[in-house]
Amino acid sequence: MKMLKAKNKLGLVFFPAFDWRISPSHPEREERLLYTQDQLSEEGIEDIEGIKFYNPSLAEERDIERVHFCVPDVKSRVTESHLISAGGVIKSLEMVMTKQVDKAFALTRPPGHHAQRVVYGDRGFCIINVEAVAIEKIRQKYGKLRVAIVDTDCHHGDGTEDIYWNDKDTLVISFHQDGRTLYPGTGFINEMGGPGGYGYNVNIPLPPGTGEEGFLYVLDNLVMPILEDYKPDLIINSAGQDNHYTDPLTSMNFTAQGYAQLNERLNPDLAVLEGGYSIEGALPYVNLGIILAMAGLDYTKVKEPDYNKEKLRQSRDITDYIKKTTDTVYRQWQMKDDLYIRNIRGRDYIQENKRIYYDTDGIMENQVRRFKVCNKCTGVNTIDSSNDRGRHILAITIPRDACSSCLDEGYRLYKTTSHRYTNVYLQDRVNDQYLIKE
Amino acid sequence: MIVAIDMGGTNIDGVIVEEGRIIKTIKRPTDRSNLFNTIYFTLKELLENQDKSKITRINLSTTVSTNAIVEDKITPVGMIIQPGPGLPYENLACGRENAFISGYIDHRGNVVEKMDTAEIVAIGDRFVAAGIEACGVVTKFSTRNPQHETMIRDLLGDRFATITLGHTMSGKLNFPRRVYTAYLNSAVHSSFYNFATNIKKSLEEEGVAVPIYILKADGGTMSLEAAQEKPVETILSGPAASFMGIRALLPTDEDAVLLDIGGTTTDIFFLADGVPLFQPLGIKIREYKTLVRAIYSVSMGLGGDSSIDLIDNKIKIGPERKGKPYAYGGPKATPTDAMMVLGLLEAEAGVKARAEEALDVIGKVLNLNTIETATLILDTMGEMIKSKLQGLLEEINSQPVYTIKELLYGKKLEPKLINIIGGPAKILAPILEKKLGLPCNYPSNYLVANAIGAALARPTMEISMHVDTSKKILSVPELELYERVKSSFSLSDAKERALNLIHEHAQKTGMPWDVEAEIIEETSFNMVRGFYSSGKDIRVKAQIRPGLIQELRSDENA
Repeated sequence: MKMLKAKNKLGLVFFPAFDWRISPSHPEREERLLYTQDQLSEEGIEDIEGIKFYNPSLAEERDIERVHFCVPDVKSRVTESHLISAGGVIKSLEMVMTKQVDKAFALTRPPGHHAQRVVYGDRGFCIINVEAVAIEKIRQKYGKLRVAIVDTDCHHGDGTEDIYWNDKDTLVISFHQDGRTLYPGTGFINEMGGPGGYGYNVNIPLPPGTGEEGFLYVLDNLVMPILEDYKPDLIINSAGQDNHYTDPLTSMNFTAQGYAQLNERLNPDLAVLEGGYSIEGALPYVNLGIILAMAGLDYTKVKEPDYNKEKLRQSRDITDYIKKTTDTVYRQWQMKDDLYIRNIRGRDYIQENKRIYYDTDGIMENQVRRFKVCNKCTGVNTIDSSNDRGRHILAITIPRDACSSCLDEGYRLYKTTSHRYTNVYLQDRVNDQYLIKE
Repeated sequence: MIVAIDMGGTNIDGVIVEEGRIIKTIKRPTDRSNLFNTIYFTLKELLENQDKSKITRINLSTTVSTNAIVEDKITPVGMIIQPGPGLPYENLACGRENAFISGYIDHRGNVVEKMDTAEIVAIGDRFVAAGIEACGVVTKFSTRNPQHETMIRDLLGDRFATITLGHTMSGKLNFPRRVYTAYLNSAVHSSFYNFATNIKKSLEEEGVAVPIYILKADGGTMSLEAAQEKPVETILSGPAASFMGIRALLPTDEDAVLLDIGGTTTDIFFLADGVPLFQPLGIKIREYKTLVRAIYSVSMGLGGDSSIDLIDNKIKIGPERKGKPYAYGGPKATPTDAMMVLGLLEAEAGVKARAEEALDVIGKVLNLNTIETATLILDTMGEMIKSKLQGLLEEINSQPVYTIKELLYGKKLEPKLINIIGGPAKILAPILEKKLGLPCNYPSNYLVANAIGAALARPTMEISMHVDTSKKILSVPELELYERVKSSFSLSDAKERALNLIHEHAQKTGMPWDVEAEIIEETSFNMVRGFYSSGKDIRVKAQIRPGLIQELRSDENA
């Protein structure tokens, strides 16, 4: 008799929050990770040498303020459950950074990848972006880090895109069901990033019906080559599990085997559970597959009860379409510097208008975003945002690498704002300061 | 009058307790080659000149099953394992013969793939031909649905001395542990069965026909008959006996550390509000992690006779015992030698001189005189216990929790006192008191504390209830209960039913006093399919916690 031993030391922050829900029959309800827990318990994961379970730590208010502008403030938008969920990712990332573990997987809820910089409420079941909160906390401690986030949730990770839109130290790659067919309706190829991170936001919209072949094709032929170019210090898998063929909210054909293979090849330092609402038929198997793959254990026997490889095979059309999309996106990645020269260079500011709908809370927001094009740093930027509940705010961000003139400009803007705003916020990432004016 | 025996690896202790008073104690060496005789003659000696008609019960803590496992004197077992999809399973092959069969049941208890009866019949034949005497049958998620396990048992028929079904071992989910637990149960079955039959017969011949109880690793007892069904529950009851002994000698209802400091090892236990802390899943024996419920106990290789070495000019004590203390002709200096040098342990002049000689060698290297060296040794011993305790407490207090309430407001174990038994208890108590800043107590008489613990331990049990109201099924694997319930069955119904089941079981097994059953875990989840509630998933754990049959009279304590 020999005991299983993980090749990679894996830390699991498994926090199912059995006493938290959005509403009784909401997909984000107490029951969501119950069967995953049953499966992991029955498989005896906690007894495998090299795999250990940990409790989340608790994120603090200032950890949230480093990433988000909660309106009117953090206290009124964020609950204990969000601080714990973010705390779970913080704990996971800290364990990786201190080499307490080789890899970590945060299975916490609620998820976070739809939470954008401005937060009026809940959208896509998310209020705060748990990964971004953890990454920015770690950056304060460990300094400059090149981070690649690969979002494998079926929905476009629009919150993560928004947060890192203007940051080339954080490469965001999201592959998801085409925004023309699914919430949140964004995530198109031409969303390349702001002037400070142009080309470092990569979207791969996939057609409904994409299966194992398609996802792994994108991984091998687009994601991995991009990561080879980018050479990140950290790879994070935003591991939504709703590409699964049994998911009730989406139309894809991905599998537990597929998710496990993806994680084996992507080899992330950290995985974070995002969406995924087939709580009986998918999550127990997908999570098990990801855990085994990350631990370097044999996952080939992990299969869903109704798994049928032939039935889940994607059509020829889909395969061809995906190949074409992959080529286009990769060409765009290779040409990003030329595209910058053509579209950005020489301009002082880039201004964008954006409409954001909070589906969970039913709020409509309009943003005017202004990014300074600075040749010394990423550039100060502002969001002028109003919503249909009478809020009108100005949010100023001074980036981590701000030059002295951008820093001064940020504070000048904060001091001289007009009275038409209900709230004004300043996020100074250089000095890790956060200011609010009402 | 309660008669109790605690058989350890080295010694066997016996005690008679009557109305909280210790009437008689004995201590004899264990003859490992003949455990039955060791117990039998100790019992006989204990009962000499006693009024046998006054005996109400006999409590035994034995190493019969433990020894069988540790010394590999076990019955050849054939394992039939249904792994279904999931982890690799080849490593679960623990039997003499192993068969991994087709078919599987999922986490909700649905039969996803039927099993193949012809396959089982063929395996049965193969096992018989290979000389297999006992079987273990374990299917994944059998606690949720035992159908395949029971079908396999029926197909195997009566060709084997015993067949252990995984789901009867525990209601907890952990397939590998269930495999090992069922394996060990079948492996020790005949050893324990023979022992039990013999002990019963011999006692009857002596004119003692009272209920016999066997100590379990959880600090409770079970009837001899129940132990014959689940002998695996009798493994590693030694630490549980000393744990119960400390509780009897030094009662408390606070958070506390209990220490049993012996010659070779120090056993560490914890109480939370006076209630013992358990191992989260079960005890480990040899390389086998099991689902056998057990008191949380950690053994460190540190005792009065641990050998002392100097490593990089630092004193290192243990983890080995290389023989007697130097003063008594052993090869190495030990804490016992240090205690003699400091006059804390009485010794003849010649013996003490040898102790001083041993410490002098160490002192020379460290530039200390013998008194300073001895002080440093005991201080180091205290420091080692302190750092071990701190590490364990940190680990215990970071056990995973699953609700926001527990994470933010859950109980943290914060010991308020330390209760110690064992040879060096009296000498180390003041040192630990100073180091840990906690009051340390020790009893005046600890010599047969473990036998006292065995004597006063009362029956325990734990059940895990799972109710799925959408499937209308209630299950309690430990009681082999699977029954239909109404879809309106609620959490409070479940709790009531669980307590009733414990009471029924207690009555059936003749527990002779008022049983205090309690609910230790309860959850109820709304199951939603589509946008509608399809039922409830209710989980309840209930137990009779370990406790004492009677309190020792206070004049028996410290």
